[in-house]
Amino acid sequence: MTNTVPPDLEVLGMTKRFGPLVALKDVNFRLRPGRFHALLGENGAGKSTLVKCIMGYYHPDEGKILLDQQQATVRNPRDAQTLGIGMVYQQFTLIPNMTVLENLVISKAKLNPLINWLEEEHQLTQFMEKMPFKVSLAAHVSSLAAGEKQKVEILKQLFLQNRILILDEPTSVLTPQEADEVLGHLRAMTQAQRLSVLIITHKLREVVAFADEVTVLRKGQFVGSGLVSDLKVSQMAEMMVGSEVTTKPKERSAPPTKTPKLAIHDLRVHDDAGVEAVRGLHVTIHSGEIVGIAGVSGNGQRELVEVLAGQRQAIAGKILVQGMPFEPTRKQIMRHKIYCLPEEPLQNTCVVHMSLAENLAFRNFDLEPHSMGGWLINRPALRRSAHGLIERYNIKPPYPDTPIQSLSGGNVQRAVLARELSAEVEILIVANPCFGLDFLATEEIRLQIVAARNRGTAVLLVSEDLDEILELADRTVVMFNGQLVYETTSSGADLALIGRHMTGHAV
Amino acid sequence: MEVGWWGVLIAVLGGAIRIGTPFLFVSLGECLTEKSGRINLGLEGTLVMGAMTGYAISLHSGSPWLGVLCAGLAGAVLGALHSWLCSYQRVNDIAVGIAMMLFGTGLAFFLGKPYIQPSAPRLPSIDLGGWSNVPQLTAALQINALFLIGIVVAITLGWILKNTSWGLKVRVVGESADAARALGLPVDRIRILSTAQGGFLAGIGGSYLSLYYPFNWSEGLSSGQGLMAVALVIFARWQPLACLWVSLLWGGAAALGPSLQSVGITYGYYIFNAIPYIMTLAVMIITCSPRRSLVGVPHELTVTR
Repeated sequence: MTNTVPPDLEVLGMTKRFGPLVALKDVNFRLRPGRFHALLGENGAGKSTLVKCIMGYYHPDEGKILLDQQQATVRNPRDAQTLGIGMVYQQFTLIPNMTVLENLVISKAKLNPLINWLEEEHQLTQFMEKMPFKVSLAAHVSSLAAGEKQKVEILKQLFLQNRILILDEPTSVLTPQEADEVLGHLRAMTQAQRLSVLIITHKLREVVAFADEVTVLRKGQFVGSGLVSDLKVSQMAEMMVGSEVTTKPKERSAPPTKTPKLAIHDLRVHDDAGVEAVRGLHVTIHSGEIVGIAGVSGNGQRELVEVLAGQRQAIAGKILVQGMPFEPTRKQIMRHKIYCLPEEPLQNTCVVHMSLAENLAFRNFDLEPHSMGGWLINRPALRRSAHGLIERYNIKPPYPDTPIQSLSGGNVQRAVLARELSAEVEILIVANPCFGLDFLATEEIRLQIVAARNRGTAVLLVSEDLDEILELADRTVVMFNGQLVYETTSSGADLALIGRHMTGHAV
Repeated sequence: MEVGWWGVLIAVLGGAIRIGTPFLFVSLGECLTEKSGRINLGLEGTLVMGAMTGYAISLHSGSPWLGVLCAGLAGAVLGALHSWLCSYQRVNDIAVGIAMMLFGTGLAFFLGKPYIQPSAPRLPSIDLGGWSNVPQLTAALQINALFLIGIVVAITLGWILKNTSWGLKVRVVGESADAARALGLPVDRIRILSTAQGGFLAGIGGSYLSLYYPFNWSEGLSSGQGLMAVALVIFARWQPLACLWVSLLWGGAAALGPSLQSVGITYGYYIFNAIPYIMTLAVMIITCSPRRSLVGVPHELTVTR
């Protein structure tokens, strides 16, 4: 890596239209050399559009990009890379079946026709030694935790000698500790003038802790920018949503009852590779209680939720619902009223080509009034119910006939939650319900979950966002290596202790 | 010298090589294609087309090796056609594969009508059993050069996939088209080339059938090797060298019936002949599991998504 300062990046008057929709309108933006700059805004504010224009994924209708006051042409991501601009995406772009070494080598712009693995490994080991964080080169990417994958993504950009690093919500898959570690390293590199960082985020905490400067977009337009040290959190939040906002405390009607609703005994589950991912898990959830399962992703949470949702078979153990053994058949799900909002609901519980109304009716399309005699679907009734749910849960766009895949992430989440909560619910399983959602959507969904609890539902909340768990759960348990290793009431929670258990470092 | 039951073993080993060679070429072709993220069921048609082309060219030119080359080229054209069609959006590679299979066999039967009667020059075999005076062993060790070439191809292909930039690109495209695009790789072009190369190998496999064993051109020449290749590749866990052992296993299984017959065991002849198909079915069933995914499968394959 050379020792000159990173280039000065400026965006002038950028406008981007998608058909009639104006995603970006005359936006100016400047990333000064060696700065850690946060780009704030709600979902759909145009943050991603802006950085994709910088990266050459989109071609702006108007506006230009200046690098060190010289106009730069960026036609595609390859061009951006030659200019030293690299991006880390929200979804990982690593190839899971390959090793870290192979992933880094393939990212090079120029590959020798014949790859000398010894030489490449040697070079990369030397490169790794100069890096603030390390990942084993021989490890298969599929075996890495999310935080480590994120590190590899960042290492890849640094390895490509990029001097401007754009990160799209890089911490959404990380634990607080991992996020602080990764962002801390990036900050140190900006302070050493080795790198400029532009980070897209919703998390104001991270902005305050790590960023020098902030730029806020709203509805595709520039709202304001400034030094983080000059701004208060409430001011930034206000710029984002355009009005005074506060996190409403979630009203809890009563303490949890002592009636066990869902009891899991010694559950053992294999993952896709046939390795035991859940190893003897015990948990009991009572009526009117939210139990939060905290933990770094990849410790068996996904497999646990899949078993409860009926998408995976356990190899051993008992699931008791109100004292009776539970098999996830449609009949029993309906009788026990056990519903589920898994992570990535669009892929996991929606049929992407079906309409919003059809997806909303998956739980009850074969019941009155949606069907006559259990076999003939009553479409008008289906659409009427959909209209009701759309209104109650504020799903946009409010048209029952739109294919569900054309909805934004937050609206898919709302739609699935609406479906799962549409009838009386005894047990609700939710996994990462607010992943990738903006401030307002997150608030709404969390309110709905607490409202369900207040109605007496037993809620199992699996989340990688510790703040979310501590805000919502009555009781927090930590999942590590397929087992629950620590339990605390959320009111008396010790963050540091939870963090140590999450990483398996507790004594 | 009394051979007896040893004769069965020797005959099975010889048969493994003789019958396994076309399996080897087709499965190597399928392996390369699948590594790039597509399944080409059309290889059955490619095989038959290769057999016909090889036979016809060998007959006209008098050179069976020219026939082999042209069979490969015909296979490459069919492979390129398959992947070119698949590169259109929303075109399913399985459906195109079935269409290509019917197209390939149909075209071969149509063009091959005049070649059913005449006898073309045969591919020479190498006598590796000259030292022995056991006739069964001498026969089993009559090996076609294509088998040796196949071994070299299997080793080379594995090496190329691991150690060259081309191999790495093929694997990236097969693992994640999105990641490949993010790296700026031309996904469709890499797949077209891989499928064409796969077709080339399958075409050679076909020419082995018509020019060496069973050595004729007829409409019943292929017995599903092109389709079974899909199962073979799964069994071989997408590793070229493993394709070699698996092909020998299937070849040996196919040789079991005739070998037992040669020592006078005639009962269950048809059951023994069905063993390769039963093995194929068994592999497909055993490797399918709702609880775990396959190890080593390229993630872009539509059947596994």
